[in-house]
Amino acid sequence: MAAVVGLLGRRWRGLGRSLGGCSSLTAAARRPLSASHAFRQQQFTSLDEKPQFPGASADFVDRLEFIQPNVISGIPIYRVMDRQGQIVNPDEDPKLPKEMVLKFYQKMTLLNTMDRILYESQRQGRISFYMTNYGEEGTHIGSAAALEPDDLVFGQYREAGVLMYRGFPLELFMAQCYASANDVGKGRQMPVHYSCKDLHFVTISSPLATQIPQAAGAAYAYKVSQADRAVICYFGEGAASEGDAHAGFNFSATLECPIIFFCRNNGYAISTPTHEQYRGDGIAARGPGYGIISIRVDGNDVFAVYNATKEARRRAVAENQPFLIEAMTYRIGHHSTSDDSSAYRSVDEVNYWDKQDHPISRLRHYMVNKGWWDEDQEKAWRKQSRKRVMEAFEEAERALKPKVDYLFSDVYEETPVSLQKQQEALQRHLKMYGEHYPIDHFEK
Amino acid sequence: MDVCAGSVRGELAERRKMAAVVRLLFRGTVGRSRARLARPAATAARRSVAHFTFVPDPDPTQHGPTQKMNLFQSITSGLDNILAKDPTAVIFGEDVAFGGVFRCTVGLRDKYGKERVFNTPLCEQGIVGFGIGIAVTGATAIAEIQFADYIFPAFDQIVNEAAKYRYRSGNLFDCGSLTIRAPWGCVGHGALYHSQSPEAFFSHIPGIKVVIPRSPIQAKGLLLSCIEDKNPCIFFEPKILYRAAVEQVPVEAYQIPLSQAEVLQEGNDVTLVAWGTQVHVMKEVASMAQEKLGVSCDVIDLRTILPWDAETVCKSVVKTGRLLISHEAPITGGFAAEISSTVQEECFLNLEAPISRVCGYDTPFPHIFEPFYIPDKWKCFDAVRKMINY
Repeated sequence: MAAVVGLLGRRWRGLGRSLGGCSSLTAAARRPLSASHAFRQQQFTSLDEKPQFPGASADFVDRLEFIQPNVISGIPIYRVMDRQGQIVNPDEDPKLPKEMVLKFYQKMTLLNTMDRILYESQRQGRISFYMTNYGEEGTHIGSAAALEPDDLVFGQYREAGVLMYRGFPLELFMAQCYASANDVGKGRQMPVHYSCKDLHFVTISSPLATQIPQAAGAAYAYKVSQADRAVICYFGEGAASEGDAHAGFNFSATLECPIIFFCRNNGYAISTPTHEQYRGDGIAARGPGYGIISIRVDGNDVFAVYNATKEARRRAVAENQPFLIEAMTYRIGHHSTSDDSSAYRSVDEVNYWDKQDHPISRLRHYMVNKGWWDEDQEKAWRKQSRKRVMEAFEEAERALKPKVDYLFSDVYEETPVSLQKQQEALQRHLKMYGEHYPIDHFEK
Repeated sequence: MDVCAGSVRGELAERRKMAAVVRLLFRGTVGRSRARLARPAATAARRSVAHFTFVPDPDPTQHGPTQKMNLFQSITSGLDNILAKDPTAVIFGEDVAFGGVFRCTVGLRDKYGKERVFNTPLCEQGIVGFGIGIAVTGATAIAEIQFADYIFPAFDQIVNEAAKYRYRSGNLFDCGSLTIRAPWGCVGHGALYHSQSPEAFFSHIPGIKVVIPRSPIQAKGLLLSCIEDKNPCIFFEPKILYRAAVEQVPVEAYQIPLSQAEVLQEGNDVTLVAWGTQVHVMKEVASMAQEKLGVSCDVIDLRTILPWDAETVCKSVVKTGRLLISHEAPITGGFAAEISSTVQEECFLNLEAPISRVCGYDTPFPHIFEPFYIPDKWKCFDAVRKMINY
């Protein structure tokens, strides 16, 4: 409080100088009805006065007028190609080489194939849980392709395509979902909580939005160490309602962090539609309120996502400031395998996005238009990708689970004495009662 | 978060003068302290009289030159050592840039630059999340929460994120280089939100360490251990000691190991366990027990709440057969319950009386009633008396 008063004191003195070097102004302020105060007021018309408040830089206005949010005609949605895969404005065509576009397509479809098989596998009770990426494949691949390989990724849970693009092996996706002995996470987290140190993809955790201020911190560390690296942080429009989103946006702006906030606005947070999530113009409209440069893109247009991310990445690192990209999409699948979305939305609505406006089919149109892809290639790739996914799937299913001792390690870097005792107690217990536990499925 | 930080600081300065007066009046000898015990409540009615007497530890000799420091100065000294040695280390929080509302970061921004010592927006969940992110890249993050009372908005980031980072990733990622510092404990007039001792909330979180020093020497050594430890640590600083506790502190960096309790005084009849300011209360209780009851006490400063040093405590109880644990925090669910239960399991055959817990009551921390609320030396002394007569 003393500091605040001190600051105010300085501000008052500064004001005094700007009004003609009046050294007694602070005294006058304490006695607002004094003659000298009234005299000074007369020297200026109210039009000459400029606001001096420290909290904002703005002019006075002499009419009462509330600022209206513009939600009817919101921030426009940037797109590069139409639903038939035609480039709308040639100036915006990233003109990516054929190999790269093929890679986009193959990674998106491979993710889609993996999603179908793992979704079914959960329905059959072979894995405990799964979340598909249907309809959002374009946001993952387009943004991942625009980053440098060592840019750090913080995600929510529906961004498996980013890992897919960076080359995370199918075997490790499966190992995580099956919690097999090959899982780099040692089988500790629920399925789809992927992680890869080498690919700079920070471990997914379930609590929503917690990664947002963390990503800002990582970006700050990169700035201080002059690492020339950016951080990208993905989250859904539902997670953006969390307090941590507010924290992350505000910290990244005030502390000037090279970060891209990438919001996947797919219309739903489980059953909650966006009109119950917010009343402003989506998430993009919040960015300027934090002083963050923002854009809204068509999330089903992989080139629009690519262009926006590429430019945001370039400027974030060059200027040490945050960028916000809101990618508009539609969550075609259920929220998760624990959810039946027909309970809160129509099949017709889902079908529109699946059949009429899908990121994969749109890119396929583009490739066919270019003469880079045809029906035979499509069939062959479908067959091949399915075979690869099934091979990894079967391997993961056959594998043993991790050692039971992994229940106890990595809680701390070292294992405290109390925890060692608990580990020994379990070992002794299993010696006597092992037959009542599934120990045969676990590595020794 | 805190509207009263400045005024609390001002009152602390007032307290410091008062505490100095108290020290002058009652400096040291047993005879004099008996005189003080005999003196009734004439001064006790004045709210600013400390409920403890700080007695400096002997001057340390093993870590080079020392300097007279109070607790906030020893914190600054430790932070200075780290910033000098570790180019990745950064310090941040609310109002740390100008030196902090308790003066713990004075001069550091000028010395190490505004990118390394900086203010954040006023948002505790952001501060801890941001610190985790810095630590994930391997850099050293030292976050300040202005009062322990305001750490709860960051509870999710601490419990679900910081504590579980290494485990959930299979050790691929961690935030081991994160330390969260926060002023802690009662201050005479802090009421509900400038007095709390939230360590028990954090003792239920596998994956973090919780550390509380009792003095300037301890504060610097334990803080440096926290910062260099490969696990996220919460370091609670007894704010009533910031200015009141003064002793000779090594100028250079040194460490005091975590998860090791310290036996401050040896005795045979009762074990007294406490941490933070309450250690000083316990030391006085031990003197009172000796003088009035002829009872000799082991006095143990637990120092680390999690993971705690059960071995040292149990070893003492095996010898004495009686245990009193005291903390400022409310009794139900307080950390004394954990200690008590463990000691009962480990030392059942040695216990000659029920374990006694002298703690805060199960109420919010009150303003004007603070003298009645805290587990002061008289309450602890009475517990010792009853335990001996059991």
